[in-house]
Amino acid sequence: MLEHIELFFKSIFIDNMVFATFLGMCSYLAVSKRVATAVGLGAAVIFVLAVTVPLNWLLDQYLLRDGALAWLGPEYADYNLGFLSFILFIATIATMVQLVEIVVEKFSPALYNSLGIFLPLIAVNCAILGGSLFMQSRDIQTLGLAFNYGLSSGIGWFLAILAIAAIREKIRYSNVPAPLRGLGITFIITGLMAIGFMSFGGMLTGGDEAAQEEVPTTVQKENEDKISEEAKENTVSYNNAIKNKN
Amino acid sequence: MALLSKKDTNLLLDPLSDNNPITIQVLGICSALAITAELKASIVMAISVLFVMGMGNVVISLMRNIIPSKIRIIVQLVVVATLVIIVDQVLKAFAYELSKTLSVFVGLIITNCIIMGRFEAFALANGTWRSFLDGIGNAAGYGVILVIIGFFRELLGSGTLLGYKVLGDPIAKTGLYSIGYENNGFMLLSPMALIVVGLIIWVQRSRNKALIEEN
Repeated sequence: MLEHIELFFKSIFIDNMVFATFLGMCSYLAVSKRVATAVGLGAAVIFVLAVTVPLNWLLDQYLLRDGALAWLGPEYADYNLGFLSFILFIATIATMVQLVEIVVEKFSPALYNSLGIFLPLIAVNCAILGGSLFMQSRDIQTLGLAFNYGLSSGIGWFLAILAIAAIREKIRYSNVPAPLRGLGITFIITGLMAIGFMSFGGMLTGGDEAAQEEVPTTVQKENEDKISEEAKENTVSYNNAIKNKN
Repeated sequence: MALLSKKDTNLLLDPLSDNNPITIQVLGICSALAITAELKASIVMAISVLFVMGMGNVVISLMRNIIPSKIRIIVQLVVVATLVIIVDQVLKAFAYELSKTLSVFVGLIITNCIIMGRFEAFALANGTWRSFLDGIGNAAGYGVILVIIGFFRELLGSGTLLGYKVLGDPIAKTGLYSIGYENNGFMLLSPMALIVVGLIIWVQRSRNKALIEEN
């Protein structure tokens, strides 16, 4: 239970998709001019992430990773299909998005009209594929945790786009230097918000030591946090954490 | 006859400045920012995208008449994913440390909006040679921004370029450090990439007033 809560808050605040790893920036910048549309896209992202991350977790666990085919029989135990993960993940995502679009259109035309135009966009939103790839590289242990990770990353993305859309609606009344208007100021605001979100980084470091020793994944993430405190780039620290583990 | 007609030259050069994918078209920011803390990673990323975009645009424009428009996104994704797998495997084979640094961001080239955007906007409607030029031009425009960000972040953040200590040794206090210069560790943190892009946009739009947005 504790690891679920920890992963939940960690994915929303500390490893926020937008502010820590810059995933989904394209739609984040393009669709954040109004709060109402931002909410629609955000909801669609939460939904698709919560569906695709667990699906891709199953694929990874039973098809792709080293020795994952062992359930077929001992002679398959040596196969490592990891190099296929990009193509399988993106195919799952594209299919799921298409499927979700059809189902939503059939059963809830109202929801379809509000989400509709955003759903095809989502197939090429880096946040969705990024969620699956981070799920793979961070070695998430159970299906439940994978679902939790997808859901909470989506919520984090939702919060980020909601915040920037609200700010952009207000900034229309401010006197921004002409060359910075529009895109430029949005970048800088996002940067400042990301600095703000970095302060959440200390939230999980003073936790219960005994509980963390029981769960190897949390210990790994602890290392990660310590490294990031040394002011390293986020991506680098994930890799270091993976190296440390090996 | 010159190798490139004037129109083709524009295809190649426009994305470098006035129609830059990152600062004007707002495409491909996703995978661009997180890996720019070092110049070397930025250069490798730029080359990878150059390869994927050039090849991808060629493949898509060759197939443009036989792709049913309803499933074109899936077809495009499969083409890109195949090319990215090649890049990923090559990086793993010849530059393993670097591929660890880039981690998932090589995979994220697949969903790089520049690639899908150019497929949709250009390769599906134009001939092979022009699509190739368009792909190379846009990837180069992306690469230029990446290299600029990587240059400033590595120079100001760790005082090195491509790993060489160009500003002197911070521990032995040589070069600039002897007069009290300090590295700005803040530049290595991810938010600074966004702010550097913001500043690049500021500089670019101050020079070219036509690009200024309404709000």
